[in-house]
Amino acid sequence: MSAALIELAGIERVFHLGDSEVHALRRLDVSIAAGEYVAVMGPSGSGKSTLLNLIGLLDRPNAGVYRLEGRDVTTLSAEEQARVRSERIGFVFQSFHLVPRLTAGENIALPMILAGIAPAQRAERVARALGDYGLENRADHRPDQLSGGQRQRVAIARATIMQPAVILADEPTGNLDRATGEEVMRLLEALNENGVTLIVVTHDGSLGARARRQLLMEDGALQNDQSRSNRVIPEACVLPT
Amino acid sequence: MRTPDLIRFARDAATGNPLRTFLLVLAMAIGVAAVVVLTALGDGARRYVLNEFSSIGSNLVIVLPGRSQTGGFNPGNAITSTPRDLTVDDAQALLRASAVHRVAPLAVGTSEISVGGKLREVMVAGTTAEFIDVRRLVLAQGRFLPAGDWRRGASEAVIGAKVRDEMFGRQAALGQLVRIGDRRFRIVGVLAASGQGLGMNTDELVIVPVALAQAMFNSNTLFRILVEAASRDAIEPAKAQVAEIIRLRHEGEQDVTIITQDAVLATFDRLLGTMTLAVAGIAAISLAVAGILVMNVMLVSVAQRTAEIGLLKALGATSATIRNAFLTEAAMLSVAGAVLGFLLGQAGAAIIRQLYPAYPAFPPDWAVLAGLATALTTGIVFGVLPARQAARLDPVESLAKR
Ligand SMILES: Nc1ncnc2c1ncn2[C@@H]1O[C@H](COP(=O)(O)OP(=O)(O)O)[C@@H](O)[C@H]1O
Ligand SMILES: [Mg+2]
Repeated sequence: MSAALIELAGIERVFHLGDSEVHALRRLDVSIAAGEYVAVMGPSGSGKSTLLNLIGLLDRPNAGVYRLEGRDVTTLSAEEQARVRSERIGFVFQSFHLVPRLTAGENIALPMILAGIAPAQRAERVARALGDYGLENRADHRPDQLSGGQRQRVAIARATIMQPAVILADEPTGNLDRATGEEVMRLLEALNENGVTLIVVTHDGSLGARARRQLLMEDGALQNDQSRSNRVIPEACVLPT
Repeated sequence: MRTPDLIRFARDAATGNPLRTFLLVLAMAIGVAAVVVLTALGDGARRYVLNEFSSIGSNLVIVLPGRSQTGGFNPGNAITSTPRDLTVDDAQALLRASAVHRVAPLAVGTSEISVGGKLREVMVAGTTAEFIDVRRLVLAQGRFLPAGDWRRGASEAVIGAKVRDEMFGRQAALGQLVRIGDRRFRIVGVLAASGQGLGMNTDELVIVPVALAQAMFNSNTLFRILVEAASRDAIEPAKAQVAEIIRLRHEGEQDVTIITQDAVLATFDRLLGTMTLAVAGIAAISLAVAGILVMNVMLVSVAQRTAEIGLLKALGATSATIRNAFLTEAAMLSVAGAVLGFLLGQAGAAIIRQLYPAYPAFPPDWAVLAGLATALTTGIVFGVLPARQAARLDPVESLAKR
């Protein structure tokens, strides 16, 4: 089990709305190995985003333990968590979340700027990323001058620029048409083929089916954890549920 | 985050919202410009007055009867509180002092001057020939009182320009006989109009020999003794010698006050300096208002950029980085406003100097520095709250905002 990249044990997340409590996650136990491709599926409000935010260290659980690469990260300080986000985690959002006043190139460079990487190295990596994602001619365009697909490609380039261990994508095709969505999924899957762990939240069944493993959420609990039969799943992913 | 990146990021954030940035910079600039212009006016007034005062006469030492009260209550003074009068003999005795160049006694009172049925109340100054040199007065017509025995004096008078205009109109004044009080005087000179004039306005003055003035007012006392020291360096020795001579003549009693022009100037200097300071303080209030504006605008900015802040956190920014980014932005806007305000203020002062060449409207260095420093401090201090608010935002909630 210690070989797992992500290990969640007994995770609870409770939101308080006035007097009522919303159990967004109930006693969740999930283990994800390095290099896996996981789709998180389930109806709206089932806790998918909450789960992803917890894995991405944007949120803290009310109970339970989260180990990332064998280290308990729930007890880290906010500063240490920020560092983990910077170095190990890449986010892709449904609404792209590009900074509107910055160009495509500058948006891609943002994680490196925040991490304090030297300008020369930044320029080199941004140039390579722009090439990888077919954005060479869009480097100086601002987000409002880009199509949805191009924006999401910028976002993916930004998510990968720090060479994270895991990419977390929350409905990355939700704002795109079918064809563009396919294209974006292929880019993410290509990353996974190169060894990056990929976790995608989607409520689109056909997109989810592309993943080798599906986590089906319902009402904050893991309803089903199934892996595509024709692939040997690492022993670590067989859950105790 | 590297410092150049931080600065570039803050700059982009500022220029990304030009209207907001413009308003903030403008508010700051108005505050700083107000400090610069108002202190230029205040300090200009100070310099103007000092210039005017210097023109009254140089190296002046003034003796007045009675002990100065400015030193606070002194029990020793209280007992011997009836000062002896200053007399013409006292004045004459001062000529013995080596550091003294010239002495002019001054007796002052009001009386009526009449000629050809016209009557006017005037200030009568009884003095001697030396007065015109000691006070640096200029004659428009005729001559001044003749030198001679201070205890006598011909019935001759010199009148100020305004008295001349009112009493004689277009007619010639020189040689005319006038009645001052119950005596008749011949006009021998007319003073040039001084226009401005601090202290005694010589335009409305009638100058007669001191002996006649004292007879007119039926008194032996002098209002002042004006002493001109031999040189600027002789002012202090002259003061000491004058004090000693008077003390000996007054039976060892130090019962006069001796002020030097420098002391008068210093008093005015202090007074007007304080005024400038007060004006600067009032102007600084506009900077505080600008600071509050900075705070509100930055708070709005934080609210508008909530999603961006959430994103930055997701991309690995620490709270400190976010706080620094917003603080840097506030500081940059303040610097820009301060620099712009400084330029505007200097331009304003230059325009005032163009319009009123006699008025030396230069902002003092300390005011400029204080204005710039206050702008920066308020900008940063009032930027802290919004920056901390930004740093505290919850990333998940922030990202959910649009
Ligand atoms: N900040 C919050 N405050 C209160 N309730 C929340 C908050 N975030 C999520 N929830 C609730 O938690 C549950 C799970 O939400 P979420 O993870 O966003 O669902 P999904 O992404 O699967 O649609 C929902 O019932 C939602 O209303
Ligand atoms: Mg969701």
